[in-house]
Amino acid sequence: MDVLFVPRLTVELAGYLIAVLPDLAPIILSLATPLALGALCGVLNERSGVVNIGIEGIMLTAAFTGYLTGFSLHATLGPAPAIAAGVIVAIVTGGLLGLLHAWLCVTVRADQIIAGTILNVGAIGLTAYFNRLIITPSGLGGAGVIAPLVFGLGPIALATVVLVAALQFLLFRSRWGLRTRAVGEHPKAADTVGIDVFRQRYQNVIAGCALAGLAGAYLTLESTGSFQNGMTGGRGFIALAAMIFGRWTPVGAFGGALLFGAFTALGVIVRVRPAGGELGDLLGAIPSFWYAALPYLVTVVILAGVVGRAIPPAADGIPYEKEARA
Amino acid sequence: MIAAVRARLASWWRVATLPVLAIVLALAIAAVIIVASSAFTGTGFFPLLPIYAYGNLFAGAFGSDIALNNTLVAAAPLMLGGLAIGLGFKAGLFNIGVAGQFLAGAFAAAVVGSSLATAPVPVAVAVSLVAGGLAGAALGAIPGFLKARTGAHEVVTTIMLNNATALLLAWAVTDLARAPGFTFPRTGDIGTSALPVLLGRNLHLGVPLAFAAVFLIRWLLDRTTLGFEIRAVGANPNAARYAGISPLRIVTLTMSLSGLLGGLAGAVQMLGVIGFYASGISASVGFDSIAVALLGRSDPIGILFAALLFGAFRAGAPLMQITTQVPIEIIDIIQALIILFLAAELIVRRVFRVRARPLEIEGATTVTRTWAEGSVRT
Repeated sequence: MDVLFVPRLTVELAGYLIAVLPDLAPIILSLATPLALGALCGVLNERSGVVNIGIEGIMLTAAFTGYLTGFSLHATLGPAPAIAAGVIVAIVTGGLLGLLHAWLCVTVRADQIIAGTILNVGAIGLTAYFNRLIITPSGLGGAGVIAPLVFGLGPIALATVVLVAALQFLLFRSRWGLRTRAVGEHPKAADTVGIDVFRQRYQNVIAGCALAGLAGAYLTLESTGSFQNGMTGGRGFIALAAMIFGRWTPVGAFGGALLFGAFTALGVIVRVRPAGGELGDLLGAIPSFWYAALPYLVTVVILAGVVGRAIPPAADGIPYEKEARA
Repeated sequence: MIAAVRARLASWWRVATLPVLAIVLALAIAAVIIVASSAFTGTGFFPLLPIYAYGNLFAGAFGSDIALNNTLVAAAPLMLGGLAIGLGFKAGLFNIGVAGQFLAGAFAAAVVGSSLATAPVPVAVAVSLVAGGLAGAALGAIPGFLKARTGAHEVVTTIMLNNATALLLAWAVTDLARAPGFTFPRTGDIGTSALPVLLGRNLHLGVPLAFAAVFLIRWLLDRTTLGFEIRAVGANPNAARYAGISPLRIVTLTMSLSGLLGGLAGAVQMLGVIGFYASGISASVGFDSIAVALLGRSDPIGILFAALLFGAFRAGAPLMQITTQVPIEIIDIIQALIILFLAAELIVRRVFRVRARPLEIEGATTVTRTWAEGSVRT
């Protein structure tokens, strides 16, 4: 091995990545879509002062209810209306779970991390329970009864880009955004000027969780066309990391989601478009399990590197009490 | 004498009222779910299905000597896993990484155990258990150190390490530690490293070890300086630092100890029940342990009883599923409902019209507070 091996390989890797970028970009965007929607959920929740670690569970439940709806309606309604109905049901599921989370965090003033845990544990149980009762006996669970809309850039992936831009504008340029940030930074002050803190938090948590529901619909109805137990595979938590990476802004969170999507896409692209020469030998020799583990490890590294300098909303995670001393 | 016993019982009941009522309420709501979903089972809509389901659940958990042993065997890793999460809570840490530490401990115990398969029993068992514990401790130390140093919150980092661990171990068992002579990637037979069976068919050494761990952790928390420091950091990391305690040291150490317990849970399950590592072995202990720790209010004795309850659920569930077609996943639903009713205890109070003492999990609020504050600055 000569001294120039590492620099030469780095140059080759850069050249390879540029060469495959046209193929890579749609894969990255599609892998980033559920992460971005989950991260937007986190941004809406935490900007109003509610910590939500239950995004994973909301995604999983909505993925299931959306799939179940499409699964039971596609024979009578035809595929397109069935899928549309599935997406709507998934969004409503997300909103309802958001209502539960908001009730626990805002009204009951329960510990917010434990409230999120309830969503995660409950989601695993409920989806696996009904999966075994309803979908498994049909023999069609993993096979994909419903054809996914499009591989690549379906409507949900495209809508996500629009949502990111819209929420970035709304959060920093609208009355709703100002109120959201006010109750997340200093609820007492917001209350004093007549903003209903409870109402604002309920609204944000429900709307955010509806987006997490859309992420679930993406997983089953747009990306894979099937449901498997535990199929979210930690995406709800990667989404939280993307939110922190993006410093609680929609555009930043989207950037984080694209970054994690890119690391996941790497494992796909080296199989689909293998590189030539030394680089190809090296990338091909790395076991596929390592590529699969990469995005999770990158998340840990980035979180450790970024979080010390990231400042969350000041009232994040603290329940608001009207009569309490500030 | 009798007055003293009555006073003791009354004080236990004060502590146990809300958890017991939360369990009752969770079982009642789960019964509604079972009735509502009974149309999808072979029998069709059947309002009495919960009675049959719970009856079989009970029979499978306590109905015979074998059932009782199964309950204790299922409870052993849950005690260790519950202690892992409970110890974390005491220091204001939420170790959701028990699932990964469980797998790491199981893998290490399987690899070391199979290489010592012909060694004398005491050596083989002890070394394999220690290997499992250390693997878990190493995996727990990473998120602990990262939280204390950089503020990266353990709720995210431990979940990420769970996923990465499962994938890297799937690779390790395929490419590194695969035993020859089997049709699928798995580690070799553990031979004399298997935990000795003490009673009946399957009640192994891990059961008394888990009970011992409960009292050891209780002693650690209540009677040692380290235990005091752990609880001080859990109560308020900043105040603890002003008192001369290093949160960096305590957070890293607590996560290592928590990981050690999680790894031991995996090692006990591996050496006592599973026998070999293959990709896809269940890490459900890791998630059950969360419910165990929350139900036990992260108190070692509370965890002991909570683990016995969930051990009974796990032991009885297969019989319930076979005879009544109610999926075993109802157990996960019951777990979530129990945590829900503990978190929203006002529901329990309203339904049962009791005025019991509010439940608090020492240190749990610090988990949420450190999420928002970024880091425990050192």
